[in-house]
Amino acid sequence: MSTYAQKKGVGAVLWDYLTTVDHKKIAILYLIAGGFFFLVGGLEAMFIRIQLAVPGNDFVSAGVYNEILTMHGTTMIFLAAMPLIFAFMNAVMPLQIGARDVAFPFLNSLGFWLFFFGGVFLNLSWFLGGAPDAGWTSYASLSLASEGHGIDFYVLGLQISGAGTLIGGINFLVTIINMRAPGMTYMRMPLFTWTTFVTSALILFAFPPLTVALFLMLFDRLFGGNFFNPDMGGNTIIWEHLFWIFGHPEVYILVLPAFGIFSEIFAIFSRKRLFGYSSMVFATVLIGFLGFMVWAHHMFTTGLGPIANAIFSVATMAIAVPTGIKIFNWLFTMWGGSIKFTTPMLYAIAFIPTFTMGGVTGVMLASAAQDYQYHDSYFVVAHFHYVIVGGVVFALLGGLHLYWPKMFGTMLNEALGKVTFWLFLIGFHLTFFIQHFLGLMGMPRRIFTFNEGQGFETANLVSTVGAFFMAVATIVLLINVVMTIAKNKKVGGDPWGDGRTLEWAIPSPPPFYNFKQLPLVRGLDPYWIEKMEGNKEMTPAEPIGDIHMPNNSFVPFVISVGLFIAAFGAMYHNEHSWGIPVLIIGMLVVFGSMFFRSVKDDHGYHIHKEELMDDDKGGKA
Amino acid sequence: MANEELNSGNPKVDIEYRRRKSAEEMRYQVVSFAMMIFLTFVAFIAVGYDISGWFTIPFILVLAIVQVGFQLYYFMHMSHKGHEAPALFLYSGVFVAFITLLAFMTIIWW
Repeated sequence: MSTYAQKKGVGAVLWDYLTTVDHKKIAILYLIAGGFFFLVGGLEAMFIRIQLAVPGNDFVSAGVYNEILTMHGTTMIFLAAMPLIFAFMNAVMPLQIGARDVAFPFLNSLGFWLFFFGGVFLNLSWFLGGAPDAGWTSYASLSLASEGHGIDFYVLGLQISGAGTLIGGINFLVTIINMRAPGMTYMRMPLFTWTTFVTSALILFAFPPLTVALFLMLFDRLFGGNFFNPDMGGNTIIWEHLFWIFGHPEVYILVLPAFGIFSEIFAIFSRKRLFGYSSMVFATVLIGFLGFMVWAHHMFTTGLGPIANAIFSVATMAIAVPTGIKIFNWLFTMWGGSIKFTTPMLYAIAFIPTFTMGGVTGVMLASAAQDYQYHDSYFVVAHFHYVIVGGVVFALLGGLHLYWPKMFGTMLNEALGKVTFWLFLIGFHLTFFIQHFLGLMGMPRRIFTFNEGQGFETANLVSTVGAFFMAVATIVLLINVVMTIAKNKKVGGDPWGDGRTLEWAIPSPPPFYNFKQLPLVRGLDPYWIEKMEGNKEMTPAEPIGDIHMPNNSFVPFVISVGLFIAAFGAMYHNEHSWGIPVLIIGMLVVFGSMFFRSVKDDHGYHIHKEELMDDDKGGKA
Repeated sequence: MANEELNSGNPKVDIEYRRRKSAEEMRYQVVSFAMMIFLTFVAFIAVGYDISGWFTIPFILVLAIVQVGFQLYYFMHMSHKGHEAPALFLYSGVFVAFITLLAFMTIIWW
């Protein structure tokens, strides 16, 4: 097997990506699919804002508005933010710990394809009789009454893509526990790796409640169950609890990797070691731990009683402490550093005040008595967009600029990047800052229009103008991406010049085996340590030897297609006689391909020592 | 670890030591197996005799926890070294499940 790059046809490239088990290529797949769903979700957001731009608008009908709103939330959380975060985790985390791949490359591929087909299934609802329309939380009392198949698309689509996420999370956990390079102790792991670790643990514990909730909903809607039906002895509140036991950790699943990306950006572009590294790790773990004890703050007005409300209220406020630790550590990292205002750094700097504002409104909402005023108003909408866009989307955009050279070997244009940044920042605050006041003035969430003379006109128009700024910013970003790909100007391994962690010590993009020799890690920020001692590259921890690599496999794709087919069968079995046979055929495809995988011996292959020695391009440790 | 191959071909492997270790391991497994059967009998007796549910239910729950402990530590070798990470995640999972159940028992089905 030659390690030299060869010119390949479109078909060969396509087949390569369909079967790949390489974490770097799977990262690119996650980036493309997540980016696509981000655009879809963004388009839905634009429809929402156009509809609300003027009072009494009839751009969309009330029913379609509900569908757009539900799909905006669901798409952005499950199909855009999560996979984009997984893209960076896949691309960077194995490099940061000095591993040649993740622990289970086959499962990595399976996780991606499950997510992808789940997402496609969910979005097919637009063409097959209507999308889900009960909000992204899909509360049972509303969603059980929803007609058509919208909610069934939600349940089945999220079940499939959720399985993919769970698989990905377990894979990252095992990778970080078992595959760190020699010398890479837990307390020397870069912060992005640490946040990946804690996030994966959160995925491991948070997704099973969602799986259970979705199964119960599936049985209630399609197979005559009554788990959430009070008339038959069920309890509709159980869905809310199960959903938020998942849903609250989910927001930390999103934001912790964002914290990790910002920690890397601050250290690199302040040219300083991250301030208070161990307290950062501690704060990350503490946020993950507390994240499981606060879910009921989404349900203060459900009627849990004063004692439960008080407990969850105090627990929620406690989370402000570790988050505050992080904010101060980032500020102190910049203090006295020699700061470079690159595009990623701009996002990171803008993140601090933005996210802090979201945090402050979060503490306001955490107070149960106040929450009765804010609940289901635009104040809540403003709050969570401040934390999710100000935290997660800023991190994704900043991370895209930071890691683009590592993933593709080219640099995104800095000037256009800064244009995107300023348009996006201004647009974001224009859209959402004023929504705090809309909420305080009494505008409820999830309404499809409002009347003239209620005092909401100006603020809503301002908000819509802001949304167009963000849309333009996204278009500039796309132009930037296309231009960068067209120019194809290659850069070296450490294009920012100040890389501190292992991923910057190898070429961009890295060779498919990542490290020719595993590097010896001598402390936190290992590449920086070597640079400070005048070394050009990492000290190897082993002699050059054969490298064992996994073979590509088409099986993950087939398994996912099987579940995709089975989901259609399950959904239509009540009104069409072909439902059950299709369900069975789909599951046969799934179990058949699993059986094939189990009985076929696939030992992978070796890259031989001699080939590695010839290969000058390869990463030297 | 004790479950490594005896016939690894490595001359440094102390076969006597390994044998003794394995025998010891076997003894623990047999003892815990006997204990588990005994505890199961006790549980059946507790249910069979018509004692108050306030005694029976907590009692068999305790027995169940003991049995899970035996299963994990003696049959699945969690007592051996190198199982710290699985143990951490196992107990974290137990903790999350406990919080969930506690919440369901207290604020949904009060």
